[in-house]
Amino acid sequence: MNAFLRYGVVALLCVQTVCALASMPSPVGDLLVTKSEPGRPGGKLVVAERSEPKTLNPVTALDGPSRDVIRRMTADLVRINRSTQLTEPALAISWTASPDKRRYTLKLRRGIKFSDGHPFDADDVVFSFQVYLDEKVHSVQRDLLLIDGKPIGVAKLDPYTVQFELPKAYAAAERLFDSVAMLPRHLLEQPYKEGRLASAWGLDVPVSAIAGLGPFRLKEYVAGQRVVLERNPFYWKIDSKGVRLPYLDQVVFLFVPSEDAQVLRFQAGDTDILNRISAENFAVLQKDQQARGFKLFDLGPGLEYNFLLFNLNDDTTGRLPEVARHQAWFREQKFRQAISEAIDRDAIVKLVYQGRATPLIAQVTPGNKLWSDASLPKPERSLTKAKDLLRSAGFRWKADGTLIDSTGQPVEFSVLASASNPQRKQMATLIQADLKQIGINVQVVPMEFRAQLDRIIQTHDYDAAIMALGSGDVDPTAEMNVWLSTGGTHLWHLGEKQPATSWEADIDQLMRAQETEMDAKKRKREYDQVQQIIAAQLPIICLVSPNILVGAKAKLANFQPAILDHYTLWNADELFWRQ
Amino acid sequence: MTRAQKIAVPLAALIAVHMLVVFAGFVAPYDGATQFREHPYAPPSRIHLRDESGHFHTRPFVYAWKNNGDFAEYVEDTGRIMPVRFFVHGEQYRVAHVLQSSVHLFGVEEPAHVFLLGSDGYGRDQFSRLLFGGQISLISGLLAAALALSLGLLCGSAGGYFGGLLDGLLMRTSEVFLVLPWLYLLFAVRAFLPLRMSPVGTFLLLIAIIGAVGWTRPARLVRGIVLSAKERNYVMAARGFGATEWYLLRRHVLPQTRGVLLTQAAILIPQFILAEVTLSFLGLGVAEPVPSWGNMLSALQQYNVLSSYWWMIIPGLVLIPIFLSYYLLARSLEQPV
Repeated sequence: MNAFLRYGVVALLCVQTVCALASMPSPVGDLLVTKSEPGRPGGKLVVAERSEPKTLNPVTALDGPSRDVIRRMTADLVRINRSTQLTEPALAISWTASPDKRRYTLKLRRGIKFSDGHPFDADDVVFSFQVYLDEKVHSVQRDLLLIDGKPIGVAKLDPYTVQFELPKAYAAAERLFDSVAMLPRHLLEQPYKEGRLASAWGLDVPVSAIAGLGPFRLKEYVAGQRVVLERNPFYWKIDSKGVRLPYLDQVVFLFVPSEDAQVLRFQAGDTDILNRISAENFAVLQKDQQARGFKLFDLGPGLEYNFLLFNLNDDTTGRLPEVARHQAWFREQKFRQAISEAIDRDAIVKLVYQGRATPLIAQVTPGNKLWSDASLPKPERSLTKAKDLLRSAGFRWKADGTLIDSTGQPVEFSVLASASNPQRKQMATLIQADLKQIGINVQVVPMEFRAQLDRIIQTHDYDAAIMALGSGDVDPTAEMNVWLSTGGTHLWHLGEKQPATSWEADIDQLMRAQETEMDAKKRKREYDQVQQIIAAQLPIICLVSPNILVGAKAKLANFQPAILDHYTLWNADELFWRQ
Repeated sequence: MTRAQKIAVPLAALIAVHMLVVFAGFVAPYDGATQFREHPYAPPSRIHLRDESGHFHTRPFVYAWKNNGDFAEYVEDTGRIMPVRFFVHGEQYRVAHVLQSSVHLFGVEEPAHVFLLGSDGYGRDQFSRLLFGGQISLISGLLAAALALSLGLLCGSAGGYFGGLLDGLLMRTSEVFLVLPWLYLLFAVRAFLPLRMSPVGTFLLLIAIIGAVGWTRPARLVRGIVLSAKERNYVMAARGFGATEWYLLRRHVLPQTRGVLLTQAAILIPQFILAEVTLSFLGLGVAEPVPSWGNMLSALQQYNVLSSYWWMIIPGLVLIPIFLSYYLLARSLEQPV
């Protein structure tokens, strides 16, 4: 009886201390000290989103707006600095790799707390990875955490040490942890055990039931209008003067459906940041940036590459006779090279992007500082080269200039372009005029984007299309699904059981080698070789990479836009308003 | 003004416009698809008679547009006077797909260009595209109206004259046509059409679609007139004398519908021109690079084009006087003789 009372009192006392600590955050624990300019707390930041987020659940969020909001409320173990494109410590204070590079031991920050004041430790990490790797949860991150189809193993060594075991050596291992948000076990274990994790943390979630380790936490959601986040008082970063980050009291996401409307709201001063705009709108805004007190930034080429895609699928024979007939041309390497020679990429840069883009010959843009192969030649238009290539591949010209193949058939094909994307329609129209000059008759078919995707991915009923791809990270591993012949985004020839050509087999081999190659120089050489093969074989004809164009009010300090997503808010914790 | 004058004025204006469009190849200085990529969104060329130093010239001239480095920012290159010449040789064209020639009404020598109404985002001459685009927009209106009126005349007179089951069937069909949400249906239809369609094929398809949608109104009007006309005393009399049904229809009934058909034509043509413009604006009409007023206007879907390059709106503005002429014509035709 006595003992029970005593323990009871001790337990009560403990609860009280925990409450007191929780209500009064003090800078104890392994806080990260930022190197950025120390700022002034206060104020709010208003940002426009194209649409409402669909969910606040980091495990199931697929769409951009959801992820934009969630990333401000959560944190990862290791993160990729968007500006340097290198990894840096986040929730993990340090890490070591075993000599065979298969075991990573991460030390966690001690004494840090979720935004509801609950302490964070290794149990949360183990729980988070358990959730992400659970097949039944269908998390978006699961694919990234599988290596060769096998999940990575996670084990708690002590409350602040976690060990990860990879199925094989993996060059980009540290980068895996970025965008894998740590989840609060105390809030999500119950829903997970009851099998309703996927539906937890919808937009209707009560503020008390959601917590994260990010700089901000949920304040309110007004359907159809805005999501408001407020400062997380338990955030784990301080500046060099000892002030706890973030500086901003609130971040408000407004829902503004179109880019034009977003530009108008920004011009009117309703929003503080423009996250990616078109070159035309950039030019319109540039005229009055001084007068209205905002600043625009041209960050140079991003990671996105636009390309002309030829249908090289082999399931069209018999089913789609006309497509199959055209494919005889598309499969000819010299034909693809001739098309590439005939396309005026400089005109695309000038007319479609008003000069704010870079011509490309392979998929890696110059914006990818670490990985682009600088030795690749800059693409130059040459009609004579194009004609020589066609002639040597057995094509001829009729008296009126029409190109005909060796059987006498005129060469003509259609190019799909997304009807809602003016840039891609313009590129298609320019290519149409370019190819007219070598006697090829091209028909531009604007099409609703989903109908276009359906043709490219499902029915394979198309000749060619203008598309764009861009991965979230600079590392080549992020592009595996595009270049492996079995990859799900291997758009020009989907569902290959074996590499259809010897050069695709070479790409497969190189991509797999770089994945496990630990010597950075060797790895770069391997990926350079992939780029060279793509530039020579042209499975897709890369066109240009548009520059990332952003804007913000001039008084916003520590604003460091980057070419990796999220371009403007990736360091939201450091942003502050200058007086 | 007498009735004849009231009809003649808008009619003459319309004939003039259609002649311009039919002879677009001759009147336009350039082909509608030629891209001058150095000159995107060039403003309309200024036609001068007096040069920088104040001298008058008898022959009008232009200065070439010079890009000052920024995108679509131009100044006149006053260093060289580029006279406007008439009956010059330029790009090959055909009039009505038969007459081949390369003589253009006017033009200037390279490196200058004469862009009477500016250029679009690809550096294509808006004036030339306006004329070539009129071939699609205006003529599709005319042909679609002809199709709709013939269908309307056929169905309306057959229903009205013979009555009974045929009449019921035709009128119910016309009601179905009236209630269908055509625009949305067309989006669906486009998805099933073959990807590669020649501009001529698309043009004919457009006419067929617009005409097929528009036949119901004239059909109902014609039916009403035929219904009342066949009960007239002189028709009865002729029938009494043993006239055949065909004779009665041709001689006594159908001539009554002439006035209605003419006014309907004057009302339907502008409606159908607008229908073509709307469909092409939404990307359902003729494809690039063939111009039509609708696809020329579709550039205005981008806010910055609307706000920065005013001359891009001209294809929309030219519709106003044309429609006005048609409505004046329709009103004059409605007036009793």
